Amino acid sequence: MILSQRPGVAARREAWTVEHIELPSEVAALLDAALVAELTVIAADGRPISYPLIPFWDGGRVLFTSAVLFSRKLEHIAANPKVSVSLSDPLAMPGLPFHRAVIEGDAAVLVHEDPHTSWERLLPLWRAKEPAIDMFVKRRFGIPLFFERHTIEVEPKRILLWRDGDTSRAPEVSVPRVLAVS
Amino acid sequence: MGALAVADAVVRARSYPHGVISYVGPDGYPVTVAAPHAETAEGEVVLGPLPPGMLPPNGVEVGVIFSHIRPQPGIGYDERRYVNVWGPARRSSNLLRVTPTRASGWDEAETPFFEYAERNVGRGRDYLDKAGAKPHLSAFWTVFLATRLPFLTATIVPVGLGGAVAAHDGRFAWGWWLLCLLAGVAAHLAINVINDVADADSGSDGANVTPTPFSGGSRVIQYGLVSRRTMAATATGLYAVAGAIGILLAVTRSLSLLWVGALALVLGYGYTARPFRFVHRGLGEPVVALGFGPIMAAGTYLAVTREFSWEAVYISLPVGLLTAMILYVNQIPDRIADAATGKRTLVVRWPADRVVRGYAIVCAVAFGLVLAGSVLGITPSASLLGLGGAWWAVQTHRPLRARFDAPYALIPVMQSNVVAHLVTGLLLIAGYLLAAAL
Repeated sequence: MILSQRPGVAARREAWTVEHIELPSEVAALLDAALVAELTVIAADGRPISYPLIPFWDGGRVLFTSAVLFSRKLEHIAANPKVSVSLSDPLAMPGLPFHRAVIEGDAAVLVHEDPHTSWERLLPLWRAKEPAIDMFVKRRFGIPLFFERHTIEVEPKRILLWRDGDTSRAPEVSVPRVLAVS
Repeated sequence: MGALAVADAVVRARSYPHGVISYVGPDGYPVTVAAPHAETAEGEVVLGPLPPGMLPPNGVEVGVIFSHIRPQPGIGYDERRYVNVWGPARRSSNLLRVTPTRASGWDEAETPFFEYAERNVGRGRDYLDKAGAKPHLSAFWTVFLATRLPFLTATIVPVGLGGAVAAHDGRFAWGWWLLCLLAGVAAHLAINVINDVADADSGSDGANVTPTPFSGGSRVIQYGLVSRRTMAATATGLYAVAGAIGILLAVTRSLSLLWVGALALVLGYGYTARPFRFVHRGLGEPVVALGFGPIMAAGTYLAVTREFSWEAVYISLPVGLLTAMILYVNQIPDRIADAATGKRTLVVRWPADRVVRGYAIVCAVAFGLVLAGSVLGITPSASLLGLGGAWWAVQTHRPLRARFDAPYALIPVMQSNVVAHLVTGLLLIAGYLLAAAL
């Protein structure tokens, strides 16, 4: 089995406990608005590989969902959970003051979950960014393996923020604060 | 993500306003930062300016992604494309110079999303196998896909036409007709399912990366939704149902139906399955025209009335020809995969212009038969109603050449072609029923 998960993820889910994490407000706003982020994972040969994906923020984790069709990233994360999430494209974050941010963190693929249905809990967040997803979900019989999906959770460890998007300057670096566990 | 030539990737990168650099930092996390960029004539990607703390040591392997989407309010986004390059980097003042040594990317304008997804089906199935999971759909959708239920119109029309001719002759009987319909439906579904098994065995469906709702098979085997064994068993069961009803009809109505049934079995099973593989030999169209025309319509007439009817044979010819044209046009998007796996259909054998001309000729013959039947008194005048389907045949023919090489643009064309058959068939049935009522 090449898939694994971060210790404690299953237990946390089973106990219905959720960490609430405070990010800089600009970064949380970027995550809420971004239609695409670059998720960078580390391959077995040590090479960083970036994937454009829709990010979701549930107040505790940065979430992504990946179809099994495009599962290489899931395998990379299982082998090395250290990832980064880049919010860099002003086009993909419409209506916000222009900032850029990177979230470094530990990722886990929720492999214990049913890939057929588990990702559906992200649909409200997904729908808010891509309303057309409902049309595709209704026609999932036409592309069934696209709707066999696993969820990626990223626990933020370090935040880099470039106000005004100017990356020629050093970023503001912060560590996310755990507010509560509910 | 597909491999790209490095030089091509560098050229493509120029169209993106910024790149996102990543390399593995000392703590093991990817260090990531966006930056403006330019490409040199030597093929280097130069990114920056960047603060010293974000620059990697010289010689470190970095990845750079260039990504683009276009937001579409109320929908989401489109114009998805990205390019990834990797290579050693060196610092030059506050700039980073990357010499790409490999690259990958995707542009949905070049590889449509559905094709991109299809090209990754093997990866998806491998992942699910390793995860100990299986893909699944609801029972309804699985049956719907595996049997390709919507194509049953190709059976309902000729069986209905055989019954309508019988009604015109004042000899219609609901019970026998319904048994014919049931046998026809079971046989047709069996053909669809065994066709999938044969195309999975030959590799033609697996090699097809541009399936559409009308072409490329049901794909339930390729997607792992139904096993080959279950499909083969399903086809056997459906053939058994069709055969049992056929034998019942032969014993109670006419022993000649045994010959009709045997011919239907050979043509239907042998369409793609060994040893005949008619479609591989370029004989798929005449086989379909015969099976979904005279065999079904005249067979129904025979079962309902206990007599043979040349009129039923005649009026089913246009319907059979138009059914053959459904297969013919639906094979156009399949032709690359078919050719690669030795399935030499007519559209594989012929150049595009001849394929399109062939469609026009066969449709002209089909509607010419409708016209001639009425003019010559072979069929009732009201059967001229069937000419109404010609409008959809014209709508199919008109864009066929222009969209010949665009599988997804052919979807509405294939849809129009199915409607041409259905409308023609229903109008012929209506014509006969009208003539019977007058």
